Amino acid sequence: MTTISSAAPTAATTSTLDLSGVSRWYGNVVAVNNVSMSLGPGVTGLLGPNGAGKTTLLHMMAGFLAPSRGTVTLDGGPTWRNPEVYRRLGLVSEREAVHSFLTAYEFVLATAKLHKLPDPHAAARRAVALVELEGAQDRRIGTYSKGMRQRARVAAALVHDPQVLLLDEPFNGMDPRQRLHMMELLHSLGDAGHTILFSSHILEEVEQVSGTVQVMVAGRLAASGDFRTIRRLMTNRPHVFAIRSTDDRALAVALMAEPSVTGVELGRDGLTVRAGDYGAFTRVLPKVALAHGVRVRQLVPEDESLESVFSYLVEA
Amino acid sequence: MSTVSWITARGLFGRRRFLMLLPLPLLLVALAAISHGMGVPPSDWGPPVLIGLGLAVVLPVVALIVGTGVLGAEIDDGTVVHVLTTPLPRWQIVLPKLAVAAGVTAITVAVPLYAAGLLADSPRLGLALALAASAGAVAYSALFVAVSLLTRRPVLLGLVYVLIWEGLLGNVVTGTRVLSIQHYVIALADRIAPTNLLDTTVSAPLAVVMTVLVSVGFTLLAIDRLRSFSVAGETS
Repeated sequence: MTTISSAAPTAATTSTLDLSGVSRWYGNVVAVNNVSMSLGPGVTGLLGPNGAGKTTLLHMMAGFLAPSRGTVTLDGGPTWRNPEVYRRLGLVSEREAVHSFLTAYEFVLATAKLHKLPDPHAAARRAVALVELEGAQDRRIGTYSKGMRQRARVAAALVHDPQVLLLDEPFNGMDPRQRLHMMELLHSLGDAGHTILFSSHILEEVEQVSGTVQVMVAGRLAASGDFRTIRRLMTNRPHVFAIRSTDDRALAVALMAEPSVTGVELGRDGLTVRAGDYGAFTRVLPKVALAHGVRVRQLVPEDESLESVFSYLVEA
Repeated sequence: MSTVSWITARGLFGRRRFLMLLPLPLLLVALAAISHGMGVPPSDWGPPVLIGLGLAVVLPVVALIVGTGVLGAEIDDGTVVHVLTTPLPRWQIVLPKLAVAAGVTAITVAVPLYAAGLLADSPRLGLALALAASAGAVAYSALFVAVSLLTRRPVLLGLVYVLIWEGLLGNVVTGTRVLSIQHYVIALADRIAPTNLLDTTVSAPLAVVMTVLVSVGFTLLAIDRLRSFSVAGETS
């Protein structure tokens, strides 16, 4: 794997993306409700369950949607109806749309030319190298895996070295290695002074990439700030798991001895386990099952829907 | 060729629906050739083939397929975002796409119309039909590119215009011909090569003015709509 930190360009100047009282509604449905935030250099995660309004908010930031109320500005200028912002802003949208008939190099080069860069070939080569796609750069994008297509899109978004990069669910479809590489890339861009905002509905993704998070729930900004503080609130809440095994009763007895377990209920469809510490419980369960000769057939976190996690967060 | 034109042309020729362009022009030439070969008088086969098929069907349908393909297809599959996340003024996106649409339509329609006009009457009629169809290609393309930005169902709306407005109302309510690109094309062709084969109720000066107005008006509308382009439907 290449070392990203040496390859990531340093932002010549920094940019700030400001949202002030931004709302967006579709008829009677409010997708984003009175959101204000200011994003500066570094990596920020936009976290929230599906339907929270993350994509709508990103589209407004990227100038692809007019706010129904409020303002979205990049360095003081509006992003809506202002193509000039794209000199400083790059977008990787969630929708997997790429010109499949082009090769990755042609695609990134075309983007460099559209930006009227002085040396589009050099910029395209740099961007392709940044996402480690050199080996496949001359293949048609239509032949790529989902993760590779995503990297091609990221390369195109980075070709003009924007100070601000917005990514909507950038890790979707990536394998673990590609995911790790993308995380390193975002880290290094953030460290180099770029303003990076990426959305995700997966807590662990956000935890690994950014220190600062904006949490959206039902169109509102529910929490904002340091991830560790928010994460602590999240992990300290009780977790409920539904378990089916070859011997539910034996497993129930064994689990009750574990400090991470706060309650066990034995039912006809299996066990319902309440755990005080999510991480400790998921680590200890396989060991306990193995030690007692029980095979776990199903483990479903019952309240793990992000909606419930975020609801808990809002209540906290 | 600009990068926008290059991507547009590659996208257009790379899509399967481009193959839909071929049968209609081939049918036009085949019908003209068969009629001519069988000795049918041009006064009998000329109007239905040249106008009924060539100008009333082939030209608008090809323009519809191409015009909605250059931008509408990109909006449909989301690839338009790549061109729009660049600082290009929106007219620098619309005009190259329009040029590709009009150029491809003109070539696809003008050649068979020239051949059919040649067989029906003279090289002059062939040339008149080709030139008038090319002007019509520009107007139709401007209309359909703009429609791509006004609705998520550009092909449907385009078909309504072609079939209902021009095809049906144009024949029943003659007043609607003033707002029919098809009749501008007929009037232009008839002015360049006056013939009994082309029947028009629109004057040539009006046809010229309206063709220009339609082309410029819908181009400006498309540019303005593209400036306010919104990514729709995703609220997750």
